[in-house]
Amino acid sequence: MSAVIIGAAETDRLGKLPEYSNMMLHLEAARNALADAGLTKDDIDGIAAVAVPGGPLEVADALGINPSWVDSTSIGGTSFLYMVRHAAAAIAAGHCTTVLITHGESGRSFTGQPEWSYDPYSALAQFELPYGVIDNVQSFPIPLLRYMKETGLTPEQLATVPVVQRQWASMNPRAYMKDPITVDDVLSSRMINYPLHLFECCLVTDGGGALILTSAERAKDLDLKHTPVHVLGTGAGVDSPLISQMPDATSSRGFRQSSAQAFRAAGITHSDVDHVMIYDAFAHLPIYGLEDMGFVGRGEAGSFIADGNTAPGGSLPVNTNGGGLSYTHTGMYGMFAIQESVRQLRGEAAAQVDGVDVSVVLGNGGSFMSAATLVLGTPDAAEA
Amino acid sequence: MSYDYTTKWVPKPTPETQEFWDGAARGELRIQRCDDCDRAYFYPRPLCPHCGSENTDWFTASGRATLYSYSISMRSVYGYEAPYSIAIVTLEEGPRMLTNIVDIEQTPEHLILDMPLEVRFENRGDHTVPVFAPAAAQFEEAAA
Repeated sequence: MSAVIIGAAETDRLGKLPEYSNMMLHLEAARNALADAGLTKDDIDGIAAVAVPGGPLEVADALGINPSWVDSTSIGGTSFLYMVRHAAAAIAAGHCTTVLITHGESGRSFTGQPEWSYDPYSALAQFELPYGVIDNVQSFPIPLLRYMKETGLTPEQLATVPVVQRQWASMNPRAYMKDPITVDDVLSSRMINYPLHLFECCLVTDGGGALILTSAERAKDLDLKHTPVHVLGTGAGVDSPLISQMPDATSSRGFRQSSAQAFRAAGITHSDVDHVMIYDAFAHLPIYGLEDMGFVGRGEAGSFIADGNTAPGGSLPVNTNGGGLSYTHTGMYGMFAIQESVRQLRGEAAAQVDGVDVSVVLGNGGSFMSAATLVLGTPDAAEA
Repeated sequence: MSYDYTTKWVPKPTPETQEFWDGAARGELRIQRCDDCDRAYFYPRPLCPHCGSENTDWFTASGRATLYSYSISMRSVYGYEAPYSIAIVTLEEGPRMLTNIVDIEQTPEHLILDMPLEVRFENRGDHTVPVFAPAAAQFEEAAA
């Protein structure tokens, strides 16, 4: 695979931004990514954004871009990982040369953002909404008790996930929540949806981000501001739009399949990975992610995290921006996980890890509905 | 589309699900089984998700199930007063479905994974939805 990320940026600020509409967040992120790459909008011939709200055609039109390739994949917060995968394929196929992927979401303030709605005739709406499920806050935790029973994961181990991620966030001036917390703080925080407490649930913020991809060959001819980040491998997989139809509540098929594909495509093994981002809408996702990607064995992720392996100074740094639990979570977090991976590979992260040549991003959409994995790397990793 | 937050959500049946909802109104848990691979499945659709066959038939499930996993919502939403359980149950015939566990205190101490359950039917105006309650048998065993 020869696609590279040559532009990556977030909105100037993240958090509470009621003065920004959803579209303004898209456009500011796009502007910043173009500046980051040293390109103009006329260099862009491919566009991707989730369908609703702020579809790619509206973003392209607002920016004055005339695309020859459009992607509106809208399968939850992992959609941006799919867009990177699709963009890499489209560039390789010659459908376009330079793709802009944008995300903007007024997830907290709901400024210029339509209310979330379900297709009332879908299986989800017919067979799950009648039981008091209104959003992912209620559906996502449901599989966790089964996992805890089968693996012995303790509430204290689960609570170390937000504790460790807050350690990373405390080093990041842009993180929404920076004050250190303890396991006791987590377990004494308000119960949101048993067994998950407030600190085990992601933030709800406003913000945006954008990425620009082109071919490694074209990147050589451009006057870029940053070293390109190579897309070494990608993978995709799904479980089900219905949480009850997840094939196994204790393991995500989508996590397993997408990571296996991406690792195989990149030609890497786990020991090659220097840095990991796992979409953490809730505290159990990094646990499922570490096991389903094969970094640890079944039932081992809780103690792996509690023992400090994913923390600053640990053997496998995970969610180094603070994650959705502490950094930001607009509703579709995948864009921000990719951004942190790019920063780590460029060596410009707020909590920079030494010697990151290969970074893995695991994305989730919905409640274990869809998943994707990206293996990203430095030019050195691409040549290895 | 807008939501009515004061009453519980009611399903909008489609042709492939009508028998399920009609059955619920009669007090029957109607699901499908594939005639070719002999496996039961849920949710209703016109072909078997296991083998792809369209030779499927409706049948009335036993209504017996076990508690696979659940959460307890601490937020009241349209017609539901917190705390309330949202559960995945495994039907005796194999398929899993989302439901609520009723007629029991909504606490982790009472809601025990793998506990036996049996179906109940909850009327919501013109609609009826299946829910599950602790199986009577377990109380008989406990009393014995």
